[in-house]
Amino acid sequence: MVGVGMTVQRSSRRDVTGVELINEAVRAALSDAAMTRKDIDAVVIGNMDHFEGINYVDTWSVDGSGALGKPVMKMTTGGTTGTTVAMGAYYHVASGMFDRVLAIGWEKNSESDTTGAIITAFDPFWDRPTFGGAVAGLALEATQYMAETGASEEDAAYVAVRDRKNALNNPYAHLRMELTIQAIMETPYLAWPVKLGDMCPRTDGACALVFASEDVADDFPNPPAWVRGLADRHLWAYTSDPYVNQKVKGGTWFPAMEMATRELYDRVGITDPLEQFDVAELYLPYSFAGLRYMESLGFCERGGGPELVRSGATDMGGKCPVNPSGGVLSSNAIGATGLLRVAEAALQMQGRAGDRQVQGASLALATGFGGCYWSDEIVLGSEMPDVGRG
Amino acid sequence: MSDGGVKRMYLVVESGQAEQPFRWSAGTYGSRFLTAIRDDGTFTGIKCPKCGHVYVPLRRVCGPCFTEMTELVPVSNEGTLVTFSVVSFGFVDPSTGKHRAVPYGYAVIKLDGADSYLIHFIDETDPAKMKAGDRVRAVFEDEGERTGSMLDIKHFELV
Repeated sequence: MVGVGMTVQRSSRRDVTGVELINEAVRAALSDAAMTRKDIDAVVIGNMDHFEGINYVDTWSVDGSGALGKPVMKMTTGGTTGTTVAMGAYYHVASGMFDRVLAIGWEKNSESDTTGAIITAFDPFWDRPTFGGAVAGLALEATQYMAETGASEEDAAYVAVRDRKNALNNPYAHLRMELTIQAIMETPYLAWPVKLGDMCPRTDGACALVFASEDVADDFPNPPAWVRGLADRHLWAYTSDPYVNQKVKGGTWFPAMEMATRELYDRVGITDPLEQFDVAELYLPYSFAGLRYMESLGFCERGGGPELVRSGATDMGGKCPVNPSGGVLSSNAIGATGLLRVAEAALQMQGRAGDRQVQGASLALATGFGGCYWSDEIVLGSEMPDVGRG
Repeated sequence: MSDGGVKRMYLVVESGQAEQPFRWSAGTYGSRFLTAIRDDGTFTGIKCPKCGHVYVPLRRVCGPCFTEMTELVPVSNEGTLVTFSVVSFGFVDPSTGKHRAVPYGYAVIKLDGADSYLIHFIDETDPAKMKAGDRVRAVFEDEGERTGSMLDIKHFELV
């Protein structure tokens, strides 16, 4: 990755259309890489159609995206859209067919009701009549996590406090707040045990990244951030299926994340993620994810999430700071969110993350989460990997 | 500029109340599942010939085995609570265009005789009164009122 662009993340950007919002991020990324539109060989773009009711973003956005007259491919995988777009752009470059590929993720969540739109992503007759969107779906796993580990709502609130405090260092973040656990606890329940303060906001924003082949990676003003490896798993059809697989596949929390993690860590040589990663930008859409997903990512044993985060190991200055940007709990323009995790990890690897920089960071983990517990994971490094294949 | 000023300056175009109805196929097995509820007030599962896993919701293919399933088996109207929530925030249900009535209990349920789980309403809005493993049973809409939809199951209730 040789160029990074992002818009300021805000609750509503009525001053721009989606195409114009995309263009802001694209211009920033091209400028960052000292490129013009002409230098781009192909474009990969993604969002979730139902949030804007625009079903052909690849065509609709060509003026703003810079894809006019170029190969363009749309990728949409739910919450993982942004990380899938990053993977798609990487595959374009790694195939040897393209040298400079633009990856774009965006959303204007202000243009529709987020919960209603999310419900339409699920099965029309099995799931929709009773589903309450991401909030209700995530609450089911939070209940289970607390029942089986003894974790508390306060443990989860620690994660929300951490990420939003980190956002104070990120001028692009949407919610930038110094909060207390007590303040989170006093917010109303949306779906017990998940409270307003535990959930991500809904955001308008866009992100663009320039991927380049190793042959041209030194032609840009900034040092590249390298893809060291990636893996993804999508497992389930219906909203109730993830709970089945936990039992069938050996009592794990999040089989898709654990499968992707095993493949990725084997490939990159990660045996102790807490020690080996210098920073992580994780798709934690609500506070309890910051406990439970840490276990599926191998940062601690099952049930060890609360102790891990309360030790300060994931705070700024800790062993592996999580979400220096403020993460998804601070900004969630859904189609941009996964790509922002990759972009923030790239900035960390380039040493260009400003006030949110983890000093000397050279290995980072970025993840995407979505749908019925899908998982995309990418390891980035400041040095070029030894082997060609990521 | 005040928020009101911003709203006056930047126009939005409303989609309005226009409807775009869809007609989704329930398929052979989804139809059988819904018909058994509508006509008999009973649940049906589908069994994989290879691994023996009984699925509810029904589907034609066992994902892990990638085999075609054809054997319908009866599944109990009772089961156990796997996990739950109490949904209390207001939102418009895109299937009806109306606000979903809140609060409502929302639960993952393992029906006796099924290996996969069903997700539905539970008639309890006090989280302190529910825990994983609790016994539950289905409550159907009255006979004659059932239309062949998942909402023919009114909700589950704690036994």
